[in-house]
Amino acid sequence: MTLNIFAFGIAREIMGGAAIGISLPEGSTVEQLISVLKGQFPALSGLTSFAIAVNGKYANIDDHISPGDEVAIIPPVSGG
Amino acid sequence: MTTYDIHISAAPLDVAQCIAGVMSPQSGGIDIFVGTVRDSTKGRKVLRLEFEAYEAMALSEMQKIAGSAAAQWPLHAMLIHHRTGALQVGDIAVIIAVSAAHRDAAFRACRYAIDTLKQTVPIWKKEVFEDGEIWVAAHP
Repeated sequence: MTLNIFAFGIAREIMGGAAIGISLPEGSTVEQLISVLKGQFPALSGLTSFAIAVNGKYANIDDHISPGDEVAIIPPVSGG
Repeated sequence: MTTYDIHISAAPLDVAQCIAGVMSPQSGGIDIFVGTVRDSTKGRKVLRLEFEAYEAMALSEMQKIAGSAAAQWPLHAMLIHHRTGALQVGDIAVIIAVSAAHRDAAFRACRYAIDTLKQTVPIWKKEVFEDGEIWVAAHP
């Protein structure tokens, strides 16, 4: 499946766009996605941390991702 | 029952309007936190801050904070307004306003809301200096 992943803040700059297409095997977990992302964008590993949101909620590492899910990379937040 | 007012806006935030928004005859106290753009960080002069939000998720995380605060303390109203876009020194980035019958609940809920917002709400700020820029908290 190909996911359209939203990126914000420094993740948007590292990935070179606000939305990036990533190919993943069907049924992949958030952990697998993180591994693919770090492989394609090594600078993500230099961040303090980053989370993945699925359909607008913070996802757990073992959550499965389905085609059509809204997936976003959440680098360290700094609002306020 | 607590009323909520959760908002993200590219337009300037208005303190007086936020205070009026949480005022009620039942309330004996209003607590407000106003976060503004500081002119320096670690000795470097700040020119401006640029805020961006994952808006739908940020609104839902802000709503969660308000709901969680209302579950912990007896509140009448909680308001969280956050600004996006380029802000100049002195501009208001965030306003939290809380009303309650008594001050202790209002103080605690206000502190909880701003502290939690800074940890969980997907909003990011870039500090732009005279000689460079950084995404705040991005790197160790």
